[in-house]
Amino acid sequence: MSAALRIINPGACTTVQDLGRPGQAHLGVPVSGALDDYAHRVANWLVGNPPSCATLEMTMVGAEIEVLIPCQIALAGADMDLVINGQPMLQWQSYVVNKSDRIRLGLAKNGCRTYLAVSGGIDCPQVLASRSTCLSGRLGGYEGRMLKAGDILACGRPAATEYTKRRLPWSPRYTETIVVRAISGPQDDWFTQHNQLFFASIYSLSPQSNRMGCRLQGPAIIRDTNAPENLLSIPIAAGNVQIPADGQPIVLFREQTIGGYPCIATVLSCDLWRLAQAQPGATVHFTEVSLEGGQKISSDWHRFFAAIENSTYYVGVENLQ
Amino acid sequence: MQANTAPSLPLLRLSGERCLLAEYGQEVDAAVNEKVRCIALLLSQAQHAGIDEIVSSYSTLALFYHPEQITIQKLEQLLRECEQKLAQTPVPEARTIMIPVCYGGVFGPDLDYVAQHNKLDAKAVIERHSAVLYRIYAIGFAPGFCYLGGLDESLHTPRLETPRNLVSAGSVGIAGSQTGIYSQDSPGGWRIIGRTPMTLFDADQSEPCPYCAGDNVRFQAVNEETYHAILAGKNA
Repeated sequence: MSAALRIINPGACTTVQDLGRPGQAHLGVPVSGALDDYAHRVANWLVGNPPSCATLEMTMVGAEIEVLIPCQIALAGADMDLVINGQPMLQWQSYVVNKSDRIRLGLAKNGCRTYLAVSGGIDCPQVLASRSTCLSGRLGGYEGRMLKAGDILACGRPAATEYTKRRLPWSPRYTETIVVRAISGPQDDWFTQHNQLFFASIYSLSPQSNRMGCRLQGPAIIRDTNAPENLLSIPIAAGNVQIPADGQPIVLFREQTIGGYPCIATVLSCDLWRLAQAQPGATVHFTEVSLEGGQKISSDWHRFFAAIENSTYYVGVENLQ
Repeated sequence: MQANTAPSLPLLRLSGERCLLAEYGQEVDAAVNEKVRCIALLLSQAQHAGIDEIVSSYSTLALFYHPEQITIQKLEQLLRECEQKLAQTPVPEARTIMIPVCYGGVFGPDLDYVAQHNKLDAKAVIERHSAVLYRIYAIGFAPGFCYLGGLDESLHTPRLETPRNLVSAGSVGIAGSQTGIYSQDSPGGWRIIGRTPMTLFDADQSEPCPYCAGDNVRFQAVNEETYHAILAGKNA
């Protein structure tokens, strides 16, 4: 537990995140956690951490950070022009850094969020068994808030005594056009006239999107004339596509436990990272899948992760900069 | 489908590939909410493999599950079994949590407004507000924030036109036909009539909230001295 990183410039919205705190919704505490769990898990894998270790999630504009102790780091997610000590470096691979080294990230070129993992994981007090920052509830992470210049972060003890340099042999593509798979419901029967329109339309991601959810702009989805006027607040699942009165869909992430807008569809949990990486202006299209189809895709995705996390792929030093 | 009050309840709704909603109606109804509470209790006591989390709201129960371990057909069967068991298995009665509130003054800057708006005096507002047994229909919006049902109609008051930047944790407010307690410091537009010294959410405790959905709440008017005594006792 030693001071490992000092924030020189925090970027636009940098928070400590892990896999979240599920199981607390009955207390009104949302899951939170890394919005792109794919990049978060890979960043951890690159430095030899289990996926449960906390990383720094940076949104749109990355941070500038001073390294305080020798450690291994990796960045995965949106390309933010990683520079270490003035040298451009590649993301999706691990580096050993030393005291006084400087890590600098810029504007996201493609994708929206980047995860910085450090060997041993970012260490801060656990709140309800998680280090994730819940901004709305002001709990977890670093004092429950976004990082500021001057904040000093500790890291835990690395799992291995020697660093293995790792590189992911591929990287996910963050495209301007995003297709996500969704299951109709829970309130699809409020929109029987517009279900087809919803799945046939192209939406644009609004700049008002944040960790709460993705706001979309496009053809308005209007509820049936015989649908109820109000919905009594219901428990929320990540991926729920809410339709407020103006008909512009909002895809919820993991920062809300109950909600009062009807939801026409729910994005598969394994496709939420695609929305987490969508930049404002990106186009979003929903494809309908059945429950059985969605469960199979989702289960396969979980197996894929288990396979990555159990693999020991690494490259020789000569291949690394 | 909406007008469904027939025996085919609950209405099952898919909320993605890992969450099933069971809807027992679309009304704010204490009996329905009690049924939801009891089924949630029975299900969570049984600790079925594959069910991660059970969350209840007004008239809806959410089951978060692992499709690798349990099917929705099985979940539906479990829900129906629980419903049948309700007649035979007594479930613990809902608790009543007493919440001391110091009304008015610096703690309740809008008490006089609420009184004027409803053509009452402040004393009557306090009496009516603390006379009712409120039911917690849901917890959400913020950690520990409870949605209470049962506010006396003569106390209904619209929200502030401009929300305050900071409302202190423990503040008791009225918004339209709702009453509630701010569980943590936050911005807010409810009319604040008092404050409780009780902590309503503490993540460091094994039970972070003093109540859960389905419990009842009663407000107990206390004076400033008692308020400070409780606060001092809590921090001792």
